[in-house]
Amino acid sequence: MIRAQVLICGGTGCTSSGSKDIQKAFAEELAKHGLAEEVKIIQTGCFGLCALGPVVVVHPDGVFYREVTAADVSEIVAEHLLKGRIVQRLVYDDVPEEVKEKAAANGRSASLNDTAFYKSQCRVALRNCGVINPEDIEEYIAMDGYAALGKVLTEMTPDEVIQIVLDSGLRGRGGAGFPTGKKWQLARHLVPDADQKYVCCNADEGDPGAFMDRSVLEGDPHAVIEAMAIAGYAIGANQGYVYVRAEYPIAIERLQIAIKQAREYGLLGKDIFGTGFDFDMDLRYGAGAFVCGEETALMTSIEGNRGEPRPRPPFPAVKGLFGKPTVLNNVETYANIPQIILKGADWFAGMGNESAKGTKVFALGGKIKHTGLVEIPMGTPLSTIVNEIGGGVADGKKFKAAQTGGPSGGCIPAEHFDVPMDYDHLAEIGTMIGSGGLIVMDEDNCMVDIAKFFLEFTVDESCGKCTPCRIGTRRMYEILDRITKGQGTLEDLDKLEELAAYIKDNALCGLGQTAPNPILSTIRYFRDEYVAHIVDKKCPAGVCKALLNYSIVADKCKGCTACARKCPVGAISGAVKTPHTIDTTKCIKCGACIETCKFGAIIKG
Amino acid sequence: MKSLAELAAIKAKMKDKVALRDDSDNTRVVVGMATCGIAAGARPVLAAFIEAVSAADMSDKITVTQTGCIGMCQYEPVVEVYVAGQEKVTYVKMDAERAKKVVEEHLIGGTVVAEYTINNSL
Repeated sequence: MIRAQVLICGGTGCTSSGSKDIQKAFAEELAKHGLAEEVKIIQTGCFGLCALGPVVVVHPDGVFYREVTAADVSEIVAEHLLKGRIVQRLVYDDVPEEVKEKAAANGRSASLNDTAFYKSQCRVALRNCGVINPEDIEEYIAMDGYAALGKVLTEMTPDEVIQIVLDSGLRGRGGAGFPTGKKWQLARHLVPDADQKYVCCNADEGDPGAFMDRSVLEGDPHAVIEAMAIAGYAIGANQGYVYVRAEYPIAIERLQIAIKQAREYGLLGKDIFGTGFDFDMDLRYGAGAFVCGEETALMTSIEGNRGEPRPRPPFPAVKGLFGKPTVLNNVETYANIPQIILKGADWFAGMGNESAKGTKVFALGGKIKHTGLVEIPMGTPLSTIVNEIGGGVADGKKFKAAQTGGPSGGCIPAEHFDVPMDYDHLAEIGTMIGSGGLIVMDEDNCMVDIAKFFLEFTVDESCGKCTPCRIGTRRMYEILDRITKGQGTLEDLDKLEELAAYIKDNALCGLGQTAPNPILSTIRYFRDEYVAHIVDKKCPAGVCKALLNYSIVADKCKGCTACARKCPVGAISGAVKTPHTIDTTKCIKCGACIETCKFGAIIKG
Repeated sequence: MKSLAELAAIKAKMKDKVALRDDSDNTRVVVGMATCGIAAGARPVLAAFIEAVSAADMSDKITVTQTGCIGMCQYEPVVEVYVAGQEKVTYVKMDAERAKKVVEEHLIGGTVVAEYTINNSL
């Protein structure tokens, strides 16, 4: 009998910080202590708390070890697994003392679900991530896996399946938020005599800072496979494609293993569950073009052509992949489907608020203490995500704004810190929920620079097919670049807004139509920063190099010469024990002198 | 996969393997495994519990685990049994034979083996 299990995170984050070595060390140490028969090592998907990786969880005690190194393993084995003494110095148990005491009275350690990071979370799409071994189909089956597919095929008609998804209120998690049930309904009924239909999965996650879909594929690939088979049954398709970025090697490998196992178990292929329903699927790899996350470009790419969008209509439900009716949903959307089928539409609709049902996964990044992956009920206030779950802004700095929706979205300023995170409330304040990237910014971030960063991204990623996007985004970028160099005029702000409106109306696809959003939203909330760059020629956050001047406060300078020796361009001069000066014509504003000065005598501004 | 029954069979087979990871209401048998416990023979006790629970096919309902020093070294090996909704029972001076009896009478039968409890040894 296995009496304990060691779960080691095998997600991309923890793998890159050495979880494979930890796994190896555990195998060796367990064998050394003769525990190999009693303690099992299991590689799982992402636990979400990537900031504290590599993560190791020991069950049945549920002890969460953080930032584990291979050198810590012998201690965990000798102390915890052999003697039952938890290695406290490595434990993440951010819980109140009374919770710890209560757990101890029951012979347990505090549950992970009581920690600040997990307490407010509600895991549906991520329910198996960090719980099961994604490379073992039987573990997925043990967690009710493929029961939803079995139920659908043996008890329900396709229209009943669509009705449940409609009733659940599930909307697309990729960004646009189109009702999933409606999409399926259209694909089922719009072209009644279609000889072939397709089910596609959009795993071309491209927003900077977003890694929700990657983690679902790495941690629970079968959930997506099962959901696609269900979608196939609902719309009448027998072939699926997952379009996944080639930059996700672990996700691809796990998907390949999962598809192979599903075929071996007869859960993909012919006559599934003896019902006569056939469904199979294949992977297609994206080459890293952001535009291929747009549905028409994605399908064009699967067809083997250059990934460019085309005008809609016709919509994919009528004329999609290879000209056939097609349903295309995002990874996270699919991951919700099996649970909706098993637990019912009411259960799902019971989470969230009036405008958005269910949960949403966010990838927390930027200036936040606990970067990582969180899943919360729709409508949870941003402040809860940042302060409670995320542990607050990093280094005790002040929250300035959060960017959602990546290059297609906008920013949420501090005045809207309590905004409920759902489709409608975010649209009201000029941003979007997007695919789930959530980048936190503090007082050291310049909002003009942020807008410029995202515009640079869209300029790079514009496919060039339509003029508004190809040329329009570049013109906007050039204006922003001028502003950050102190060469902007106030008319530039009007020009930006005019261009933005034109591009939104005229670009061919979502990439171009949403590209101006970061500019519009930063002008809306941080117009004073733009004005400071243009009129005062200052960057209030001290980011835009061209607008910064370094100078030495003579009163504070002791003449120690440390900065002069550090300066890479010899811009600082002065005699020993007398105040130094900076020659601004030579200064390259690298900031090395500020870091060197022990007396706080150098200022920028 | 030709039938739902096949799926259910796999699920049943895997159940106790994933049950360990569930924060559930399982009955917990906690063996004190500090240096004093191990010296007094806690490892054979732990092994006996694992074996007996597994032989009774109860491993999805009973979790056998260990803890550090319980603080009563002269009574080692000490074993604590937590049943949801009931008061903790502490067994002392355990050995493999006693462990088997606790599994049969207490964990399966539902009757505390009074003669091994700490209350009868103080």
